[in-house]
Amino acid sequence: MSHSHTFAVTVTAITQVTPLIKHFVLKAADGAQMPSFSGGSHVVVVMKGATRVYRNPYSLLSSPNDLSAYEIAVRRADQSRGGSVFMHDHVTVGMTLQIAHPVNLFQLDKLALKHVLFAGGVGITAIAAQLEDLKMGAVPYELHYSVRAPDHAAFADRLLARHGDRVRIYHDSAEHRIDIEGLVAAQPLGTHVYVCGPTPMIGRVLASARAAGWAESHIHWEQFSAPPVGDPFDVFLKKSNVKVSVLPDQSLLEAIEDAGVDAPYLCRGGVCGECKCRVLEVDGVLVHNDHYLSPEEKASGTLIMPCVSRAHGKNLVLDL
Amino acid sequence: MSAVFKTDETFRDDFKYSNSPRAIRRFPLPFVEDKYMYSVNIEPHVPGPKDSITEFQFDVDEHYIGECRDREIVLKEDPLRYQALPHMMSAQWDVLELLMNHMSKDYPEQFSLSKQGNRWSWHNKLLNIKNEFTFGDPSTLPREPLDYITRQAQGDFVVMDQRDGDFYIEAGMVTTPADWSMDFDMGMSFKEWHGPVPLAHELNVFDRALKFLLNLRINEPVRRLNWTMTVNPRLDTSPEFYPRWGSDRASVTADNVADKAHIRVELQGLWRLPRSNAMLFGIRCYLISIRELATIPKWARRTHRTLRDLHPALVDYKGLTRYRDHVVNWLAPLDDGSPTTSGNAPE
Ligand code: HEM
Ligand code: FES
Repeated sequence: MSHSHTFAVTVTAITQVTPLIKHFVLKAADGAQMPSFSGGSHVVVVMKGATRVYRNPYSLLSSPNDLSAYEIAVRRADQSRGGSVFMHDHVTVGMTLQIAHPVNLFQLDKLALKHVLFAGGVGITAIAAQLEDLKMGAVPYELHYSVRAPDHAAFADRLLARHGDRVRIYHDSAEHRIDIEGLVAAQPLGTHVYVCGPTPMIGRVLASARAAGWAESHIHWEQFSAPPVGDPFDVFLKKSNVKVSVLPDQSLLEAIEDAGVDAPYLCRGGVCGECKCRVLEVDGVLVHNDHYLSPEEKASGTLIMPCVSRAHGKNLVLDL
Repeated sequence: MSAVFKTDETFRDDFKYSNSPRAIRRFPLPFVEDKYMYSVNIEPHVPGPKDSITEFQFDVDEHYIGECRDREIVLKEDPLRYQALPHMMSAQWDVLELLMNHMSKDYPEQFSLSKQGNRWSWHNKLLNIKNEFTFGDPSTLPREPLDYITRQAQGDFVVMDQRDGDFYIEAGMVTTPADWSMDFDMGMSFKEWHGPVPLAHELNVFDRALKFLLNLRINEPVRRLNWTMTVNPRLDTSPEFYPRWGSDRASVTADNVADKAHIRVELQGLWRLPRSNAMLFGIRCYLISIRELATIPKWARRTHRTLRDLHPALVDYKGLTRYRDHVVNWLAPLDDGSPTTSGNAPE
């Protein structure tokens, strides 16, 4: 999660598409082509607020075949970690932001014989780019998209223009609800289903597919895993005799390095074991995000992997 | 100092192969301490020091021409060493783009690439290959994109699709395997194709490596070293042709061991491919004879200790049983017991 993996983009257009959703166009600040990506990918946008740094993941909704710019849509969520409010209230055309390279946690299955996609509201952002990939291929696909009429008409018109009768739009407020159960039950063998939308919609799709006896491997939903941002905490490095403050968007390892202490590491991803460090004292809990320590070691509270793990509490002393 | 490309090397029959002093100095000894056991030795594939094998993403060295020639010989006899399932076509283009971009940028005197929109023009001056093609349109290249570009690169390449929280081998060019078969492993998952490896499963090496790789990002490749030993500088030690090389192990004697026995190191790189979200696994192989290796005193001491004390299950799995003692005995007089510095640098 190191900052060096981000690159600078310029905001070149902002459109208010619904009262709560803004659409942003991002171009590489150095004028280069944007990095290639696959449909279903998201990017983490790094925003430097007045008091803290926000790192929020947003789906790329532009076409993977057009790398002149990335497009994202941001729904304003007042109770969130604050990133969406920042995007709505403080980001203006011409501003520079940092983004990380795309990651795809919502990939199309390349062996599917048919793809059926369900989207609700802003969930369409995760699916729009998948449709572009599907349009290039030969496998049949169909999208069922539920919108709160007529707010989201902007996205709906664009999809209808690109994909014609492969897209069906449903207006929630017009009592025109999707028959998810019926649609899923009627699919041929070998179909894969994808859903991104409000939690109840995801629940209905999963339940319908399971009730129809589908294999789990054929059911896909968007699961955002934001980078392990956490609360700030302080740590005392006993051998080096320094006190270090770990910021929310910084890993313990990065904070230790910033303090000039040379700590071992290899993968920086919680698997290699190289950064394993003894915990001498902890007043609070350790938040283990690694795949290295055994459950017993994690429970013992005496070891931590600083590249990904954190602490919650007042006092942490490490053998470094 | 860049490499001087040899033009007449062979990896079979008369075995015309040797390492220049430069190649010896940059050899990636896989032993970072005086003993060896499997671990999740994965690190970011970031540029190493100038002239080192990790200076660039894809190392092109003095053996380039001979290695590409050996690959052609293997493919002529056994075309199944290259395979790609139909749904891997976008991954094939990803690999071609990755290799062409890096090779032309890092070795501009040997390779050049120019692009005008989707019209690409590639020139490989070492092999005298020149093509103009439309990126994304396989009909404009003489072979499938992965086949085309990996015939012009050193090392084997395996491409895996990611599905259901796992990887599946579904394309690749494997003409220099250390006794494994891609044809046999096609369609297998990460733990299935690692099935034969001893001890590592118990050490949870594969669970942890898999979890890590599933989250590997575009532009953040990683690498690791793996090693085994080979009798004669032979690249194609495949199960398909076992009868040709299996008996070589019995040919090692106390007298010829220093020139016959080779340490074989694989610099393995992993790249997330952007358009397909597939994963590229590169296996770049380096061979060094025991005599060449022993020109570096620290490496002689370290290799002696490591091979002498190697776990019996690894000796067996790596096929060293018949000749390890000869190697250890030859190296023993070069080990005066003095300490070695940590890491694999010559000193
Ligand atoms: C994802 C791409 C990878 C591929 C395609 C791959 C492939 C293979 C294959 C084909 C073998 C030979 C198995 C046999 O005997 O049939 C092997 C061995 C092995 N692999 Fe991997 N591997 C991959 C990644 C890794 C990673 C990330 C690790 C990390 C620890 C690893 C550790 C090993 C080890 C320790 C062996 C035994 C090697 C020896 O002792 O010679 N592999 N691998
Ligand atoms: S650096 Fe590998 S586990 Fe922390």
